[in-house]
Amino acid sequence: MTAVLEVRDLTVRFRNGKRLTSLVERVSFAVRRGGCLGILGESGSGKSMSCKAVLGLLDDNFQVEGSALFEGRQLLGEHPEVLRRLRGGRIGVVLQNPMSCFDPLYRIGEQMAETLAEHTRLSRNGIREKSLELLELMRIRSPEDVLRKYPHQLSGGMLQRVMIGLALSLRPALIIADEPTTAIDSISQYSIMQEFLRIKQAGETALIFISHDLGVLSLIADEVMVMHGGTAVESGPAARIFAEAQDGYTRHLIRQHKAVMSRFLSAIHQRPEVAA
Amino acid sequence: MKNYVIMRLLATVPLLLGISFLCFVFINLIPSDPAEVALRIRQTPVITEELIAQTRAELGLDQPFLVRYFQWLWDCLHFDLGVSYTNPARTVLGEIGRCLPATLELAGLSLVYVIVLSLPIGFLSAVYKDTWFDRIMRGFVFATTAMPVYWVGLLLIWLISIRLDLLPTSGYGSFAHLILPAFTVALSYISTYIRLIRNNMLENMREDYVLYAQARGLKQRAILVRHILKNSLQSCVTAIGMSIPQLIAGTIVVENVFAWPGVGRLCIASIFNRDYPVIQAYVLLVGVLFVFFNLAFDILQYAADPRLRERKA
Repeated sequence: MTAVLEVRDLTVRFRNGKRLTSLVERVSFAVRRGGCLGILGESGSGKSMSCKAVLGLLDDNFQVEGSALFEGRQLLGEHPEVLRRLRGGRIGVVLQNPMSCFDPLYRIGEQMAETLAEHTRLSRNGIREKSLELLELMRIRSPEDVLRKYPHQLSGGMLQRVMIGLALSLRPALIIADEPTTAIDSISQYSIMQEFLRIKQAGETALIFISHDLGVLSLIADEVMVMHGGTAVESGPAARIFAEAQDGYTRHLIRQHKAVMSRFLSAIHQRPEVAA
Repeated sequence: MKNYVIMRLLATVPLLLGISFLCFVFINLIPSDPAEVALRIRQTPVITEELIAQTRAELGLDQPFLVRYFQWLWDCLHFDLGVSYTNPARTVLGEIGRCLPATLELAGLSLVYVIVLSLPIGFLSAVYKDTWFDRIMRGFVFATTAMPVYWVGLLLIWLISIRLDLLPTSGYGSFAHLILPAFTVALSYISTYIRLIRNNMLENMREDYVLYAQARGLKQRAILVRHILKNSLQSCVTAIGMSIPQLIAGTIVVENVFAWPGVGRLCIASIFNRDYPVIQAYVLLVGVLFVFFNLAFDILQYAADPRLRERKA
C-alpha cells in the first residue's frame, strides 16, 4: 500500500539575521492509510517543527528543504493557498493546549461553523447539522448547549474532543495530532486516547501522533520514530523499538519509562487503599 | 451585572467628594485676593480697603474655609455652581454651558480622527511589520509623541495656514476652523493608539488560537480581522474610555493656541482672573467626566468579553 504522506530528507533551518540555525536535519518518515506513526521526543527535539513545516505553518524566517508527498502531491514549496485548503480539509490537525486554541471571544458553534464554511458549500442549517453530528460522533452530551458555549466554559478534555471532531469533519486522509493528551487531566487523557483508537480502527485515515509520552505512544503507534536534537535517531515498528531499541537515547527513554512505571505499580501494591 | 453597576456607582461618591475637596483646597492656595482681582476686572476706579472687605463679604470669602467648602458642596448638589466673581451677572453654569459645545465639537472630531487613523494604521503596521510602511509609521509615532502639543499646533498653523494657505489660522465658525485644532489634539492619541494596536496585534499573533485557526485552514485575512484584531481591540476599549475625558480636558492648550472659544479657554481666563467658582466648576466637570467614562467603559467591556461577563454575573 502506498503512503498517504511520505517525507524525505526534511530539513528546517531558522534564519537569524545572516546565521542559519538547523532545527530539523534530514528527517524521513511515511505513514499509510489506517496506520499510525508515533513521533517520540522531548520538547525542542523538532517533532512539532517537522509537522508544521509539512503543513506550511512556518513563516518566512524558516527555510524548509526536502520533499513531502501527500497523496502524490509535493507539499513543500506549494502555494500557501493550496496548503490552506488542505489544512482542515484533507489534513486534519489536533493541537495541544485545547484551552488556548480557541478564540475566547467566539462561541464554539461559531468557530466550528467558520471552519466548515471554509471547506464546504453547506448552508447555515447544513453547517449546524454537521456540527451537531460531529459533537455526537465525539460522544459529547447535550451538543446543542456546547455549540452555544464559549471556550472558557468548557473543560480541556471537552475542547480537545471538539478539536478532534473538527479534524475528522471532512473525512481527512491524514490527521496530525501534536501532543493531544499533554495538556489535559489523566481521566480526559484516557477518553481522548479512546477516540484516537476509534479513528485508527475505522481505518480510513492515516494518523501521525506526536508525543513525548512513551506510554501513550505504545497504545496507538504501529511505527515509531524517535527524535532527538533535530534528527531521527531511530525508527521502525513500534514493537521492535520498545523491545530492542538500537539507539542509546531511545533505550534511555524506555528505561526511564519502565522505572517510573514499576515505581508506580509498587506504590499501588503497597497501598491498596489507593487502588480501591 | 446589576449589582456590579450599583457597586461601581456607589464607589464614585467618595471619589467625587475627594476630587472636589482637593480642587477646593488647591484653588484656595492661590496667593492673591480674588476680591481685589475681581474689583480690578470690573474696572472699579478706586479700590479701597473697605471696598475690598465689602466685596469679600459679598462673595462669601469672609467665611472660614470649611464653611465655604460645605456651602459650595451643598449648592453643587442642587446644581447651583454659583456666580462668576468677576461678572456677577453670569452664572457659572451658564458660562460652562456657553463654552462646552465648542469644546465637545473639538474633542468629538479629535476622537473621530483617532479612531479613523489609528485603527487602520495600527492594523497595517502589525500585518506589514518591519516593512517600509511600518518603519515610517514608527518614525511618525516616535516624533509625534516627543513633540509637545502647543508646538505641533504652531507648526501646523505655520505650514498649513500660512505657507499653504489652506485653512484659517484660528478662530471659531466654520468646519474649516475645526480641522487643524482637532488634528492637533488628536495627534498624540493617534500615535499612542497606533502603537497600542500594533503591539496588541503582534502579541495576539503568537497565541495558540491563531496557530489553530491556521491549522483549520481559515483564510489569513479572516484570522487577522475576525480573531486577531477583535482580541487586540479588547484592551483598547478601556483605553479609549479613559481617552475621551482626556481629550475633552486636553483641549485646554490647543484652545488657547487656536483661539477656540471652549471651556479650556474659559478655565485659563478664570485662573488669571482668580474666578474661583468657574475654576472649581471646570475641575469638577473634568473629574466627573473621568469617573463617568471609566465606569461606562468598564461596563461596556463587561458586555463585550464573555469571560468577564461570566465571572461577575
